[in-house]
Amino acid sequence: MTIARRLIGYNLLSGIVLGVVGWYVGWYGAHAVVGPSLDYFGDIDYNELSVFLAYLGGVIGFLIGLGFLHYPIQRLRGYPPSLREKETEGIGRYFSLCTDHKVVGIQYLWGVGLFFFIGGLHAMLIRFQLLSPSREAFSAGTYLTIVGIHGTMMMGIMTSGILGPFANYLVPLMIGSRRMAFPRIESLTFWLLMSAATILQTTVFFGGFPTGWTGYAPLSNQSNPGMDCYILFFALVGISITLLGLNMCATIVTMRAPGLTWTRLPIFVWGALSTATLMVLAAPVLIAVLSMEALDRTAQTTFFITAAGGSSYLYENLFWVFGHPEVYILALPGFGIVLELLPVFARKPLWGYRLAVAGMMGVALLSWFVWQHHLFVSGMNGDLRPFYMLSTELISIPTGFTFLCGMMTLWRGQIRFTVPMLFCCAWFFNFLLGGLSGVFLSDTPSDVTTHGSFFSMAHFHYTIMGGLVFAFFAGIYYWGPKMFGYELNERLGKIHFWTMFIFFNSTFMPLFAIGFLGQPRRVVTYAHWLQFLNDWASVSAFLLGASMLVFLYNLVSSVFFKKIPAAANPWNSLSMEWQLPTPVPVHNFDKIPVFSSDPYGYGEGPTPTFTPAGAPAGRD
Amino acid sequence: MSSEPTTAGTTAREPNHGRIVIVAWIILSLIATPLVAIYLGPIIPPGNGTAQGTEQVFDNQVMTTLITPLLCLLLVYFVYTLTEFRAKAGSTADGPAIRGDSRVQFIWIVTTALMTLALAAFGTFELLQTGSGGGQGPSPIAFPANHQNAFEVQVIGQQWQFTYRYPSLNGMESNQLVLPEHTTIVFHVTSLDVIHSFWAIELGIKADANPGVDNVAYAVTNGPMTFHVRCAELCGLWHGFMFNNGKVVPQAQFDSWAKGAEALYAPIAKYVPAYSHIYLPDPQRRAG
Repeated sequence: MTIARRLIGYNLLSGIVLGVVGWYVGWYGAHAVVGPSLDYFGDIDYNELSVFLAYLGGVIGFLIGLGFLHYPIQRLRGYPPSLREKETEGIGRYFSLCTDHKVVGIQYLWGVGLFFFIGGLHAMLIRFQLLSPSREAFSAGTYLTIVGIHGTMMMGIMTSGILGPFANYLVPLMIGSRRMAFPRIESLTFWLLMSAATILQTTVFFGGFPTGWTGYAPLSNQSNPGMDCYILFFALVGISITLLGLNMCATIVTMRAPGLTWTRLPIFVWGALSTATLMVLAAPVLIAVLSMEALDRTAQTTFFITAAGGSSYLYENLFWVFGHPEVYILALPGFGIVLELLPVFARKPLWGYRLAVAGMMGVALLSWFVWQHHLFVSGMNGDLRPFYMLSTELISIPTGFTFLCGMMTLWRGQIRFTVPMLFCCAWFFNFLLGGLSGVFLSDTPSDVTTHGSFFSMAHFHYTIMGGLVFAFFAGIYYWGPKMFGYELNERLGKIHFWTMFIFFNSTFMPLFAIGFLGQPRRVVTYAHWLQFLNDWASVSAFLLGASMLVFLYNLVSSVFFKKIPAAANPWNSLSMEWQLPTPVPVHNFDKIPVFSSDPYGYGEGPTPTFTPAGAPAGRD
Repeated sequence: MSSEPTTAGTTAREPNHGRIVIVAWIILSLIATPLVAIYLGPIIPPGNGTAQGTEQVFDNQVMTTLITPLLCLLLVYFVYTLTEFRAKAGSTADGPAIRGDSRVQFIWIVTTALMTLALAAFGTFELLQTGSGGGQGPSPIAFPANHQNAFEVQVIGQQWQFTYRYPSLNGMESNQLVLPEHTTIVFHVTSLDVIHSFWAIELGIKADANPGVDNVAYAVTNGPMTFHVRCAELCGLWHGFMFNNGKVVPQAQFDSWAKGAEALYAPIAKYVPAYSHIYLPDPQRRAG
């Protein structure tokens, strides 16, 4: 009976059950309201409205089952407000609505990790198809769906890849707070992201979608109902990251402990703040454009259909107004992690703190003025191209600030090559190549050849995988002992690093050449004489995938089997989160600390950066 | 931000790290930059099929040459720093507490800003020469010489092939792209359904084909050659198979090809709509 009692209540199981119920309610409800054939292309095979309403019903049921309506209903019935939910229970809190920011961080880490690996498997399938220029491992439609799922999953999920796990877990610890500003919204962002990712994967039951992660109209207007899964996925991701960013901004602005002035804030928190600002401002545009696309597909509007008065440029522009800040949403937290880790492992203060902050904020600001560089050859207004070329190249100035700060932090340090430090060094190498290849794409004449080719694809894998994912792993190896409470194996970590670094470069370096030599992105077949380079990239990609298995083995064996308890501060860091015991107590601080300096006083003598027993425990 | 160089742990005998890095960087750059400029730069595609392709090659050559010293600086810096400043095993020492150096900041900011502005100015200058072969939309701003008398070719993208119309040959439509040599060509690129992108790889031409939009790109052909055409914008199921070859041929050969192609076209001429810069056909059914 105890097991049954545990399973009944607000938890993941109830969520799934109610989610399925909600799905069918939406599906048959829509059938009852309208008949099929509700779109401009006059199809009769599917009722798009059913797909949309089914998934919306499913998501709503899922969230109700998890307990997201519990609190508002209790308040309506007159019960007093409460903040904490499931904050002290055992393993069950990881499978439910939990308002403890540390639990949400761990949930994010495993959730994001799961879908990152699924996205990676799709990348393996893409490279498998490209082993041969002409033979078909997959049919053309299946191949495009694989490409689409890989791109969409990676972009959508990894947008929260660092802010989700690391910022949610660490920002309150770093700023001396007991919780995030909106703990329930924090949990909501995670479960929305998970339901979104599940919806994207179910696109295979509706024929997949052929548009890649950009979802360009009017191709998306005429494609399978699988397209609806893409739209729902990205719109839900948009809602999730808007709320995530909002919560993050509110927390950082309002919940800093006494003494933690803006110039004492850890640089990672600045990275999170700049990213969160972009999320709040950019993601609503995505939600808007996908809503228009959803209306095109269901309610017979023609926003993007030229023959009926719409415009395909409208989609392209709105998408990239979101899309270009989006790629900096991916890159900026990487800057934050690298700059946060370098002082610890070079045993030196962060060099040029203000310049680093200016760099990240400058990137965040400039990222709004560059989006049409995706449209240089699209037939956009010709006069605008020099402006977008200039604004795009200007972004290299603030990016250079953060580079300079990182480089000078290493200068004359006492560098310790731990696993996270190795990932940080690789980040510089990868991001440098990514940035320099970006010069060719930003230059309009050169972009004529490189646009839409494997060159641009290699470029953004260097910046996003080489930047974001390497920083992501640096974060896992660095903060993992604090978050899991167990040590990760260092030898396996180094094997993982070297295989990943070598095969990452071996995979993507040839793709620059392939792009210049005339291979467009997302093709199922290519020129025979490019087979050698493609095969090289494919084999390297498989080995890159294998290096991820090393990581997975390391993680699972360390956390679930070997369980060597981690020391409270294995890296001798001065940062706040490492001064707390491992595992971190449920409410973080007995007393809110008072900060007296930034956490980078390496080599400056034994001055503590904060007073542990400062203000009385008055918050929340 | 203080620029205090000496701290505990530093002795007078320590080598001048900064000078070593700068000297090594200058030597490496002096070797690498000419090599890149002379050997790597000119072989970067798209090649010299058109004046526009040549422009892009020159552009790529200049940019690779410019970024080589930068790449050298960072490589030298990282190799030196990561080997020279490595902590001894088991060491718990901290490095010197240097929190910034306004001189270094100033030099870095000014240098990167100047490089960036120079690149943008150079790119703009190059772009405004003859358009570099990119699609410029319905009202282009950069023209090659003699563009008023350019030979007009319309490129029509549809799922999943390109067809070409030659208005000067009575609006003849063909699935072959044949161009006369040493001629200024104006491509009018449009689409009948979704967004495609007309990429004549060896000519250095790329222009998106948008439904209901006339996207103009210029090219000045050189000598006879064969080139590949691919669709560079994901356009649905058979996007990967949307390619064919084109030819640049001498004028006489072009004329004889045109005569034959017109003869082939004559029987279907009455079914083809009149030549126009855009076409707005009825919506297509779902095509994957």
